[in-house]
Amino acid sequence: MFSEFLADYNYIVVIILMMTGLYVVFASRNLIKKLAGLSVFQTSVFLLYITISKVSGGQPPILEKAYAKDYAGLAPETLIAAAEGAGKAAKGHGYNLDITYSNPLPHVLILTAIVVGVATLAIGLSLVVRIREVYGTIEEDQIEKADYIYNLEGTAD
Amino acid sequence: MHDPHVLLRVISKFLIPIIALFALYVQFHGDYGPGGGFQAGVILAASVILYALIFGLDAAKKAFPPSWVRIGMTIGVLLYGGTGVVTWLLGGEYLNYSVLAHEASHGQHYGILAVELGVLVTVTTVMIAIFYAFGSRQPETDERDW
Amino acid sequence: MAVSLNASSVAIPTIALDIGLMALLVVVAFAIVRMRSLFAIVMLQGVYSLVCAAWFVSLDAVDVAFTEAAVGAGVSTVLMLAAMLLADRKSEPVPMKRQWGPLLIVLIAGAAMILAVGDMPNYGAANSPANSYVGMDYIARTAEDIDIPNVVTAVLASYRGYDTFGETVVIFSAGLGVLLLLGLNGNAGRWRAKPNGHRVFRPSAPAAAVSKTSDETKPNETKKRRGRPRKSKASTPDGGDK
Repeated sequence: MFSEFLADYNYIVVIILMMTGLYVVFASRNLIKKLAGLSVFQTSVFLLYITISKVSGGQPPILEKAYAKDYAGLAPETLIAAAEGAGKAAKGHGYNLDITYSNPLPHVLILTAIVVGVATLAIGLSLVVRIREVYGTIEEDQIEKADYIYNLEGTAD
Repeated sequence: MHDPHVLLRVISKFLIPIIALFALYVQFHGDYGPGGGFQAGVILAASVILYALIFGLDAAKKAFPPSWVRIGMTIGVLLYGGTGVVTWLLGGEYLNYSVLAHEASHGQHYGILAVELGVLVTVTTVMIAIFYAFGSRQPETDERDW
Repeated sequence: MAVSLNASSVAIPTIALDIGLMALLVVVAFAIVRMRSLFAIVMLQGVYSLVCAAWFVSLDAVDVAFTEAAVGAGVSTVLMLAAMLLADRKSEPVPMKRQWGPLLIVLIAGAAMILAVGDMPNYGAANSPANSYVGMDYIARTAEDIDIPNVVTAVLASYRGYDTFGETVVIFSAGLGVLLLLGLNGNAGRWRAKPNGHRVFRPSAPAAAVSKTSDETKPNETKKRRGRPRKSKASTPDGGDK
């Protein structure tokens, strides 16, 4: 049971972080705090993706050159085998494809998502700034109250 | 004149060109190590933002005029899309860089370079634009200002 | 190179580092929930991003860590500080009776997700569905097709060029949206909107008072904007008659 938990502890921590961010979005009535919570939530989702992409014993997905020094000081038989391996690597333009690399696809997805995240955050913040200029507050309760009072007074300006 | 931030000014004046240089390193070394247009764009924008934070927004607007921002935003996207159009005209699919040179992998190199440059220009100028927009907004609209 | 294959010798310090970073993340996230000073919240959000970036390095995602450190901890913190300066310094406390509902929802959603964890592939599994097909194909084919070492750049710019083009356009339009909402010189929309849509234009803005040229253009703009609804009102009855 404990080993099972140890195998999955990453997911559980990420879920706790995600729910913390979501809680801030739901419970807080301040718009900037809400956006900070949204940012935490977003970063936790990135963590989930990157956790999935990890391959144990793997390297970052930057291809390594198949260096010649790897084959120095080996017995002739292994050298021949290594030369065959090098021929195979030469087909891959001299990159060593025998190493385990982590999965690059989630990295690409999250890389762009981070930058898009900051762009959308900027939109949200500028909306908050405009709301503050019109209502004089960024607390949701007071904004709702101002709207309610205004609607009671009618549409006549 | 006594300036309380003289240390900050001297050190950041020394650091800002290095940050900009590092952004270019990240941009053009992106094929070989971690990095690329997105990261380089943000770092280049960070150098301008740091300049604005230390020396004031007006000085930053002299160094990097807002008109550049407006032009750069569009040029970046057009550079990216234009690369696709060029590959189109050369007989390949949209954004298939293999047709850009005689050898497919060389064409891919050129294509990635052009596309990353487009991303760099867009991200840099958009980040600077967002910072300018927030930074030059007046904090409070007081009634006495009307 | 032989060292990297010997995973068991590296595993123990890595797990300790991971657990330390996770504990830090949980502490920072809970602190964000409890804090009321917006300045502290914004700075803690930057700390959260930076610790996340450290964990990304531990998870082999160096490009993502780089981006997260530059964007999440750098630019987004600066933006949130700038917005905070324009808005408010403190958030008001939320009464406890209004927190039970969100807490209940979050607990139910979290419990459902933790139940689903049993179906997820084990951490670091090389043969999980996510790590089996297209991602590993990219690694195998990048050396031949594109001939650059960084597979992430290759996938980003070449294999998934359409995606990245879309993201670039999204960033462009987000920048456009901010410029429309706030203005490049911070003087867009200096009118006071009424909550149900009535607009009351303020011809002179604080920014316009500084320079005379923009002061002269503002009233013209206002007239033009005021003229537009009248024109559309005049055109709609004509269309109705026909």
